[in-house]
Amino acid sequence: MVDHTHQDIDAATGTPTTGHEWDGIKELNTPLPRWWLWLFYACIVWAVGYWVFYPAIPLPGGHTPGILGWTSRGAVNGDVQELVRQRAEFVGKIEKASLQEISADPKLAEFARAYGRSAFGNNCAPCHGSGGQGAVGYPNLAGDRWLWGGSLDQIAATITHGARTGDPEGHDPAGAAGMPAWSKMGLDATQIEQVSDYVVALHNGAATDALPGKKIFAENCAACHGEDAKGNPEMGAPNLTSKSKWLYGSDKATIVQTVANGRAGQMPAWGAKLDPATIKSLAIFVHSLGGGK
Amino acid sequence: MAQADSLTTAPPEGGKSITLGEVTMIVVSLVGAIGALYIAANAYTAPYAFHMALFALAGLGGAIATLKRYKSRPAVIPQEIDGKPNYNYGPIKFTSIAAIFWGIAGFLVGLIVATELAFPDLSMGLSWLNFGRLRPLHTSAVIFAFGGNVLLATSFYAVQRTCRARLAGEIAPWFVVLGYNLFIVIAGTGYLLGITQGKEYAEPEWYSDLWLTIVWVAYLLVFLATLWKRKEPHIYVANWFTLAFIITIAMLHLGNNASVPVSIFSPKSYIVWSGVQDAMFQWWYGHNAVGFYLTAAFLAIMYYFVPKRAERPVYSYRLSIIHFWALIFMYIWAGPHHLHYTALPDWTQTLGMTFSIMLWMPSWGGMINGLMTLSGAWDKLRTDPVLRMLVVSVAFYGMSTFEGPLMSIKVVNSLSHYTDWTIGHVHSGALGWVGFVSFGALYCLIPWVYNKKLYSLKLVNWHFWIATIGIVLYISAMWVSGILQGLMWRAYTANGFLEYSFIETVEAMFPFYVIRAVGGGLFLVGALIMAFNFYKTIRSPEAASASEAALAPAE
Repeated sequence: MVDHTHQDIDAATGTPTTGHEWDGIKELNTPLPRWWLWLFYACIVWAVGYWVFYPAIPLPGGHTPGILGWTSRGAVNGDVQELVRQRAEFVGKIEKASLQEISADPKLAEFARAYGRSAFGNNCAPCHGSGGQGAVGYPNLAGDRWLWGGSLDQIAATITHGARTGDPEGHDPAGAAGMPAWSKMGLDATQIEQVSDYVVALHNGAATDALPGKKIFAENCAACHGEDAKGNPEMGAPNLTSKSKWLYGSDKATIVQTVANGRAGQMPAWGAKLDPATIKSLAIFVHSLGGGK
Repeated sequence: MAQADSLTTAPPEGGKSITLGEVTMIVVSLVGAIGALYIAANAYTAPYAFHMALFALAGLGGAIATLKRYKSRPAVIPQEIDGKPNYNYGPIKFTSIAAIFWGIAGFLVGLIVATELAFPDLSMGLSWLNFGRLRPLHTSAVIFAFGGNVLLATSFYAVQRTCRARLAGEIAPWFVVLGYNLFIVIAGTGYLLGITQGKEYAEPEWYSDLWLTIVWVAYLLVFLATLWKRKEPHIYVANWFTLAFIITIAMLHLGNNASVPVSIFSPKSYIVWSGVQDAMFQWWYGHNAVGFYLTAAFLAIMYYFVPKRAERPVYSYRLSIIHFWALIFMYIWAGPHHLHYTALPDWTQTLGMTFSIMLWMPSWGGMINGLMTLSGAWDKLRTDPVLRMLVVSVAFYGMSTFEGPLMSIKVVNSLSHYTDWTIGHVHSGALGWVGFVSFGALYCLIPWVYNKKLYSLKLVNWHFWIATIGIVLYISAMWVSGILQGLMWRAYTANGFLEYSFIETVEAMFPFYVIRAVGGGLFLVGALIMAFNFYKTIRSPEAASASEAALAPAE
């Protein structure tokens, strides 16, 4: 709506204004920048072209598939197939071989460790740490202490069936055989103090027969942890003479708490989620972390 | 309205009578307060009872404030004084100050969540300080509280000035600005108390949504009625953008918050959409909140404040028409690019991507019009840090609206999606464009509405440089971290296994998270300098004339 009779020309640019003014603001009647217009057209042409080649227009009975026939499901299946093909040779061997055979074959073992490392990072690391170093309540897998046994077969069994999660083949499936809460099992506060002192001494290698806790230990704890306190992997009972870092901590206060209130850590049963080749590879990888037996 | 009619004939005080609007406001506020109290007394949860008590207090406060206003106001508020429009600046002053307050609160919470990402133990195990609760507090505080108050202030100012008409209504504009800030308080305290419907940027529950709907309709009516009263033959371009913003946000808000409350006594509700339709609704909303709230509405600021500050005509009227309609038409389709490689059908993803590409030039139309308005006045960038802030905001706008279409391309998206690159992209738009254009507008607006000279342009210069360095640190850290993250996630070994576990990629982000927090901290420091500058400005004696304040030269 340019006022053609009295055209208002902007002095700085020589461009006419539209003739309106709002609160002192005028507008120049500059034509659309050519480069802008052509790029806009180019984007539209590109978009329409894309609609021809790819799934685009929704119609009754389905959308136009596009002349390339591309689908995102097809693309992801292709990628997965490619990976499966790439891994097929070794995965096939892992499926057939026993754990001992895998670890005896250097090339196969290397592949299994790589496979296990990848699976470990995305399944096990959240609890056990990215290097398998563990955390309070989550066992260190890079050491030489094994709650449920550190042989290849024991590790694979623990991964497959877990502990205290109801899997009948898992460790302590009903959770009944964990560390009991001794404050409810007949030990009074003094006895708990005494036996805890004894356990601290065991940890430090300073246990003597003179300690009052020794008798309490022999009567109550030795059944699972053993007369020599060296533990029993069948029961998940840890070695109390170990000097390395303990699962829940080896300071007096933590031990008192463990004795008084008990412990019953769980490990999920991965057999339902991971395929056998992945579990075997995980066992090989975990076994290789440090102290596999 | 029988009751209202009887009240209007109440004994006049100095010849003035109470208006229908004032009576309605008082009656509705009191009825609302009683209703809210009843719900509070029967609420299933304590946080909900707290919210309803807040509503009751607000209703009571609204009634008292309306009554006090009636007593103190003149019998007739003139539309014009000496042939000049009697502009209504009260609600603008309120929202300007609210914007600064919420801005600093929002930037501070942003700094806290950024630091929590680098040092997760910072929340000290307190649920209130949990990242999941503070993050929506940050996003809502900066977008809806800071941005929203800036938009209310600038749109109410620009619409009056470009229509040469006083804002429509006397009670209604105050209802809009106070009601909107009540919504902010309800939403923000709700997040901390754990009330959320879990939809990004639409976290408030059903009762907050209903309240916002009422406030928003009032905003639309005030805006439309002011346009209707205009003394100019044509509607200025800034007002087209504001109107598009108000209408589209209403539509998005209603669509994405269609939910069924469990009970009127419970804050919990269930959304009516399900599965991928719900996701599509969410990102139709989410992306157009960016498009119409953070783009169209802030372009309205650009179209008024840039030519005003530069004292130059807008570069191209034709470009403003074409890019306005193209932007409005294209933006609304681009949402599916947030759902690439998900259960969303392929054809919908195609639609989202191609419309995003076509959106590139319509977005840049605004940038061209903003930057080229400076032609003939480029020298002012050297002397006027406020204009520099406005112009740099337009440059950031141009950069973000190039980056956006780029990231919507599926191959690029397969690398960028779910990474920090997205966070960097959002913040180049949020800090660079929305933040700077808001600061620039406030530096103009507050001296104008208070009729004061801006206390210090030197401090504006400090604000500009400290915040700019902060933005550059922030977005470059996020670019590097995002691309690194994307590359680590997709890296395969020669054996065909993922090279990195997720936790290793998290560990790799640490230095960038620290740099990002430093950048955000600098942005906050800049805003504090601004707040100090405004404090001194408002406390200073009145300027001789408003135009002098606007034209003050730089040191």
